[in-house]
Amino acid sequence: MGWRLIRVYTILVYLFMFLPIAVVVLLSFNANQFGSFPMTGLSTRWFEVLWNNDAIMRAFRTSIVLGLMTAVISTVLGVLASLALVRYQIPSRNMITTLLIAPILVPEVVLAVALLLFLNFLDIGKSFTLLLAGHVIFTLPFVILVVQARLVSIRRDVEEAALSLGASPMQTFLKITLPQLMPAVAAGGLFAFTISFDDITGTLFWKPGGIETVPTQIFSMLRNSISPEINALGTVIIVLTVGLPLIGAALARRLATKSGG
Amino acid sequence: MSIEQREARQPWILLAPALTAIVMLLIVPLVFIVVYSFWLKSAAGADTPGFFLDNWQEALTDPFYRDILLNTLKIAAITTLVCALLGYPAAFFIARSQGNKVVLLVLLMLPFWISYIIRTMSWINILGVSGALNSAMIWLGIINEPIQMLYNETTVILGLVHFLLPFMVLNIFVSLDGIDTNLEDAASSLGATRWQGFLQVTLPLSLPGLAAGGLLCFVLSAGTYITPVILGGPRDAMFANLVYEAIIRQLNWPLGSALSLLLLVVLGVLVIIYNRYLGMAQLAKGLG
Repeated sequence: MGWRLIRVYTILVYLFMFLPIAVVVLLSFNANQFGSFPMTGLSTRWFEVLWNNDAIMRAFRTSIVLGLMTAVISTVLGVLASLALVRYQIPSRNMITTLLIAPILVPEVVLAVALLLFLNFLDIGKSFTLLLAGHVIFTLPFVILVVQARLVSIRRDVEEAALSLGASPMQTFLKITLPQLMPAVAAGGLFAFTISFDDITGTLFWKPGGIETVPTQIFSMLRNSISPEINALGTVIIVLTVGLPLIGAALARRLATKSGG
Repeated sequence: MSIEQREARQPWILLAPALTAIVMLLIVPLVFIVVYSFWLKSAAGADTPGFFLDNWQEALTDPFYRDILLNTLKIAAITTLVCALLGYPAAFFIARSQGNKVVLLVLLMLPFWISYIIRTMSWINILGVSGALNSAMIWLGIINEPIQMLYNETTVILGLVHFLLPFMVLNIFVSLDGIDTNLEDAASSLGATRWQGFLQVTLPLSLPGLAAGGLLCFVLSAGTYITPVILGGPRDAMFANLVYEAIIRQLNWPLGSALSLLLLVVLGVLVIIYNRYLGMAQLAKGLG
């Protein structure tokens, strides 16, 4: 009896999480010219409008370039730091861990203000460089947490076996450690990209005039009330951020089972 | 250099890039805005360096700032409470369900991957004047004219709960999942009812997860900028909106620095209390 109640409660919680998102997808196919209820039919016209909107396409390109650069830098820094934390006994390790995840603990607005004012003092004003620096520092802790969690599960003895069989440390790293590390690297990179692609608060403080990322573009479009175009854009983003990783994970599993036998 | 010395240096070489980035892009900038908060804004040109208490006096004594700070903390507290009430049973269900645990967890994490701004604005489709709820109520004949349900404190809290709930559920799940179910069986074999067993065994053991989720929800909602702008009305500004106003619109960087630091200190005290009693490890567990 109690259990059934908890089950119903949980279903309601999941509905609460997903219903608004489902409505975004539903309305993006709405034929009604105001894009609101009642729906008069299904149409893909809002996706065409979206495709022909130069500002949105520019924002997409900016977000993707920024996200990729952030992912590469954060993942390199994060994997190196995680290796040090997992593989070595370091004194004051707790303090270093706290320092490395500090950007999560500082409210994003404060981080945004501090970085803006300090880099401006160093003559780096609002620019792509400032955006990149901000996104790296903001994503780095997440990458470190994800990569560390994966690294713990990699066993050391295979490396030790390679070393004892005469492989050099470099060979061991390239042939043994790195392949085992790849899932962690991929997970960290994907995580950094997604967070960067999604970031808005910091981005609003750091972006120079004229440059928009996808979230800031949506934000400025929302000022004139919600349009069906925004719902269509939302659908595209949902497909990109949920669909692609799921397909990627499925493919990876498929490949793994194939090569595994 | 001996092999031992080299071994001892290796982790520091690996850590150097990340630590340098954090120090140069976070720690030094934070120290810098501490200094900056004592400067004075000039009417034209560069701000005046020095040691002036004006900004701090304004930030700490102006009732306008104090009211918004208190209101921000209130909204964060309500959001955290609602997240805990919605999240605990759900986390309990996931942790104790047979088999499809992974699917439930992945589903829960999905919204986390979906753009924050899309999720926030999605409520306009539901609650707006021409949104789903109004259309449904008119169709059912409950109301004749659409009513404005958006742009108030409740919708700000609603948006925040929708954004932060996965964090809460995940943290509670992590600690519930780590509890040995034999403990509950032992309690019931010793004569406790299931409810007693839950209250006296499971709930206390899951408190670290609840606390970690609570801290995350509180800190993230108290620092939020976007949600009140999209889902709140003109009177629902939160503290981060004041910071944005001072820094970006009025270009009053010294005052903006003082306001940011005020927010940092208030939330920092909470993090320090949390760290003191529970440690950062629990938080890392829930995030990883």
